[in-house]
Formats: sequence, C-alpha cells, structure tokens
Amino acid sequence: MHTQPVIVNIGPHHPSTHGVFRMRLTMDGENILDVEPVIGYLHRGSEKLAEERHYTQVITLTDRMDYVASMTNNQAYVLSCEQLTGITAPDRGQYLRVIAAELQRIVSHLVATGFFLQDLGAFATPLMYAMRERERVLDLFEMLCGARITVSYMRIGGVFQDAPAEFWPALGKIVDELPAFIDELEGLISKNEIVLSRTQGVSVISGRDAVNASITGPVLRASGVSWDLRKAAPYDVYDRVSFNVPLGDQGDNYDRYIIRIREIRESVKIIEQCVKQIEPGPVRATSAMLFRPPVGESYVPIEAPKGELGFYLVSDGSIAPYRMHVRAPSLINLTLLKQMLVGWKLSDAIVSFGSIDVNMGEVDR
Amino acid sequence: MSPLKDNSIFSWTYESVANTLGGPEWLAYGLGAMAVIMVVVNGFLLIGTIFTWMERKVVSRFQSRVGPNRVGPFGILQAIADAVKLLFQEDIVPRRADRLLFNAAPIVMLAPSLLALAVIPFGSGSYVADINIAVLYVVGMSGIASLAVLMAGYSSGNKLALLGSMRAVAMLLSYEIPLVMALLGITILAGSMSMVDIIEAQSVPFLLVSPLGALIFLIAMSAELNRPPFDVTEAESELVGGYLTEYSGMKFGVFYLAEFSNVVLAGALFAILFLDGWEWAVLPSHLWFLIKVFGFLFVASWVRATLPRMRIDHILAFAWKYLFPLSLVNVVALAMETIAWPDPSPVQLWMMIAINWGIAFTAIPLMSLVTNLGTPARAGQRVVQTEEVN
Repeated sequence: MHTQPVIVNIGPHHPSTHGVFRMRLTMDGENILDVEPVIGYLHRGSEKLAEERHYTQVITLTDRMDYVASMTNNQAYVLSCEQLTGITAPDRGQYLRVIAAELQRIVSHLVATGFFLQDLGAFATPLMYAMRERERVLDLFEMLCGARITVSYMRIGGVFQDAPAEFWPALGKIVDELPAFIDELEGLISKNEIVLSRTQGVSVISGRDAVNASITGPVLRASGVSWDLRKAAPYDVYDRVSFNVPLGDQGDNYDRYIIRIREIRESVKIIEQCVKQIEPGPVRATSAMLFRPPVGESYVPIEAPKGELGFYLVSDGSIAPYRMHVRAPSLINLTLLKQMLVGWKLSDAIVSFGSIDVNMGEVDR
Repeated sequence: MSPLKDNSIFSWTYESVANTLGGPEWLAYGLGAMAVIMVVVNGFLLIGTIFTWMERKVVSRFQSRVGPNRVGPFGILQAIADAVKLLFQEDIVPRRADRLLFNAAPIVMLAPSLLALAVIPFGSGSYVADINIAVLYVVGMSGIASLAVLMAGYSSGNKLALLGSMRAVAMLLSYEIPLVMALLGITILAGSMSMVDIIEAQSVPFLLVSPLGALIFLIAMSAELNRPPFDVTEAESELVGGYLTEYSGMKFGVFYLAEFSNVVLAGALFAILFLDGWEWAVLPSHLWFLIKVFGFLFVASWVRATLPRMRIDHILAFAWKYLFPLSLVNVVALAMETIAWPDPSPVQLWMMIAINWGIAFTAIPLMSLVTNLGTPARAGQRVVQTEEVN
C-alpha cells in the first residue's frame, strides 16, 4: 500500500502547547517521524527592553518571563544585580527570599504536575486539585507584596517589605497541610495503571545526553544526575538549611513527574526550617531605587523550578544595564525535544512535551 | 400494526382520531404512531439533556468546583442556555470540507441512537416494539455512530479530525467483538434476544450471574461511546476536538447531544441487561428504571472525572489481548452452565453465581499475568533515589 507521511501542526494555538509553542510533526499514522519545534510567538523583547530601564525597573520585566514562577525570576535577577553592585541583602531579607522562592517552586511544580496529568487526559481533576492549592500559596504572595502572579517582590539588597503579621500563621497552615494534599494527589493518580503504562519508559533521556544538552532542573535530575544549584553553588541562605535532592533512575516521563512531587515535599521542609531560623531584623540593605554599578559583568545562576536560571548583566556604569541576557531553562530544556519524541506516538508527544515543563514566556522572552 | 396495539399512547390517539373524531383509519394510525415517536424521542432527549447538566455538576463536585449554577435552580437550565447559544452561533463549513458528508454526519450520529429506542422498554409495558432480535438490533444501531464519526472526521478536511476518526474506526472494530460476546452471554442465559424476555428471565439480576459479562460490557461500551479512558477520538489535549474540531453551531450541538444520548442509551441497556430493568421496584416502574439508568450515568461521570486517557495502541492491545479472551471465557462458562442446568432452581442459580464470581476473580488476574497488561507490581518497581548532600 502506498502511504505518505503527513505533516501535522500542533500549535501555536493548541490546548496542550502550554502557551504558543508549535510543533511541526511529520507523522506516519500515529507515529512521529520528525519534529520541528517552532518558537517565537511570545517574543516580547524583554532583554532589549531591559537596556532602556534602570536596574530596579527591570524587576517587573522578569516577572513576565516565566509567569508561573515570578519569585525565582526576581531572585535570579536581584542576585545578579547584587553581585554587580556589591550589595548584600540582610539575613531576614535572604530568608524571606528563600521562603518566597520555595513557595514559588511549589506553585510551579503544582502547575507542571497538574498540566502534565491534564495532557495525559485526566479531565482536569488533578489540575483542579493542584490549582486549588496554588491559589492558597498565591494568597500568601498577596500578603507579601499585594500581587499574586506578577509579584515584583524582591529588590536589589533584599525584599520590598517585611512579611505582615498574618503571613506567618497562614504560612504555617499551608506548610502543615501541603504534605497531606500531595498524598491525596498521589493517591488519586500516581499509581494509576494508565498513568504508569503511558509514562514509564516513554521518552527516555539518558543522564549523558541531558548533560551534553545542558539540561538542568528536574528534567536533569530525573535522568539520575545529581545537580542542584541550591547544593552546588548555594545562594541566599540555602547553605543553612538541609534538604534532599530527589533523583530519578530512568529519565522517562514518569521520573520527571514523580521528581516534581518529591521536590514539593523537600520545599516544604526548607520552608519549615527557614521559619524556625528566621530572626527579626531589616529586610532590605538599601532603599535606593537607582544604582550606578561599576563597569563589569555578573552572572549568578539559581535553581529555578524549571532549571538553572541566570541573568547575565553587563554594566557600563550607567543606571541601566548595557546588556542583559537570560539563561532560560525552559528554552535549553527543549533542546532534546526531537530525540524525545521521534519514534513515539502523537499522544506521547503531548505528554513528553508536558513533562519538560516549559513556559513559553520564558522560552521566547 | 399489532405490537403497537398494546401501547396506551398509541391506542388513546388511535381511538380519539378514529372513533371520537371519526377520521380515516390510516390517519388515526399515522397520528398514533407519531404520538408515540414524539413522546419517546423527546422524553429520551430530555433525559440526555439532563445528563449533560448532571455530568457537569458531578464532575465539578469531583474537582472541588461548583459547576453550572447560574441558569435556573442549581443551573439545571444550563443545557437550554447552551442550546440557545449554539443555535445563534455562526454555522461554519470549512472550504476544504466535503459539504454533503459534513452536514450529514451529525444526523447519522443522532439517528441510530433514536432508532435504537424502539426496542428499549422504559417501564413495565412501555416499549414501542418488542422484537425478537432486539439485542442484535441495538448493537447494529450503535455501530452506525462510529460511521458518523468517520464521516465527520474524513469530511472536515482537517488532519486532527482525520486522526480522531481513524482512531474511532480502529476502536470500533476492536471493541464491537467483546461487546457482542458479553451480550451473547446474556442471550445464552435468557434464551432470548428480546429485551422484555431478558428482563423476565432475570430472577436474579444478571449483574450477579454474569459479573465478567457486566464488566466487559461496561468497558467495551465506554470504548464504543468514546468515554474516558477511551476518549481518544476527541482527545482534547491531543487532537484539540478530534472529529468535532471543525464543527460549530447546532451541528456541534447535535453531535454533543447524540454523544450524551448514547451514554443514556447505554445506561438503559445496562439497566435492562444486567440490573433487571424495571423489576424489583419499590417505586413506579418508570421511575425505578430511571434511577437505575442514572446510577449508570453517575458511574460514567465518576470514571470520566478520575481516569486519564489511554494511548490508542494500548487500547487496541487491551481489547484483543485482554478483553477478547475474557469474553470467550465468559461465554464458554455461561454456555456450559446453561447446558448443565437448563432450567436452574434457586439453589442451582446461586451455585452458578458463585462459580461465575470465582471465574471472574481468577480470570482477571490470570489474564493480567499472561498478557503483562495491568500488572499491579509495576507501581512498586520504580525506586526514586534520594541523595543527601548535606
């Protein structure tokens, strides 16, 4: 029988492309022969815009890159600025940053897990559960800075303001209840036969390939490579808390899913320790809005929920960065997409893409 | 003309037109038949519409949401609001579509499920026709719905729709067989294919007598109906809308209604074949029957809210490697029991039930072991290491 491969466009407008990603799939029936990723539909020129704004203003731009994890974007940017200007944030500010960043990791992983299961076809039930918990964490962000998504909470030399009194009991409640919620989610779906049969052994990335492709974050750790910047190059107060780094052993979709669940549990542990260790004091080293850092460059990588996130800043001594480059984990984690998808079926393509957990705001910037 | 004579709606209309008003007999007959059709079709579609509301409400509760609650009390008029919205929506036919097939597909989808109603007894004495091949007739009718899916997907001129319809055909071919085998078991037990006879033959509901058959029927039927976890034909996370992608307006509405009506029809079938129809009633028989149907519909919504979607090759492997042999076991067991006890006494019947449950509980794990599908051990195999660096 004479057959002919068909080119199918998945995206840019598609329920499962997590924004405006486009996959040009060459397909033989259900099987994928070739993948051509097309990106750039959400390009907003953030890096160029940064050159027109002074250092503090750029914080609002970073909110809008990975809009599921604004706190960690803030953190990466202000850490880079602090290296450039030589300012160090006070202890309380650093603790608040770590608490906010870990809450953000929980949110990001909840969203990733929820949408991953949605891609598997679980008709929104796990997604709704994840979103319900996410809303509660966003309430905390609202207490911290008044915003839920585009937080702009962190400042060069600390954070925007101290946490209000009602923040701590609310945080304690969420930290207490979150493990039970994760148990509930896992009980619902983690050992589901359909989930197992559809995720185990699918789209395997070996540790070697992952390292060669500079993949970072949960995707790398799912392949069994122990690399977590919170351990490898501790920033803020991560060297004062103890936590585990969950590792997968196969590098398949199931590992990438389960690693995120485990990381949520570890984040809860980090927050608990921070709450115990934090002491009263200033949260911000300087209230200055304008900075004239010396001529030079800086790069501080952090472990964002999706992988290594860093802002490379070049200063020419003026109040605005001369050049900003973002090392976006979402973009670099997409490198192996073709290798992951070819040979699998269309349904797997959607799930594998979901398992990388990319955010198009960060890919296109 | 004879089977309709028993029908109270028909005879009332017939009598009024022919005797009271003195109309000609052909007119009385025609009007009587139309009256029956109107009551059955509209009543059925009303139940289908209520089910659309019910599913949204049930699934919302599973997802810790509220669901529709704006239109009417508890949002019960939501389905009507949806229908009005769809009626006013622009009716788009893609330029690359095959217009004839594209327009015919929704009708082909809805018509068979309405035709199948003819043999469904909704309560004691409430049926349009009691034909002696009713089971076969219903299976034939439900098969046509998949043809409509193929027509819709093929004529849309859309690759995603085409993929969806191809999946539908592959699934139809695979799941029709276990479905028919499950129904064959029922036919052997009842000794008849007539719905009324099957209900009368159930001194104990066939759910107890043939648990394996009921399970196979449930699974195969959800595949036939494109319900989760077999909803690959319109997998919204993969194929956007599957074969429905290009449909809008009331054509989409008809598809939507047909899908939900088909589930109601399946519920009615399940209630008749496995739950003894309207019998064992403590309430009026029609209401009792409806309660059983809605019990099935609730389970259908429950499954939809819980299970992720299977992959098409897993679905086909499951049908051929797992469900088909199981259905053979079921049919052979029931046939041998029927030969041994052609007219079972209550004691023999309960022995039969015990044997069949035993077979169900051994055959299912055994099949899992042989086919390596659904091994419970798989969940525990994976060890996620945790590295403590501090």
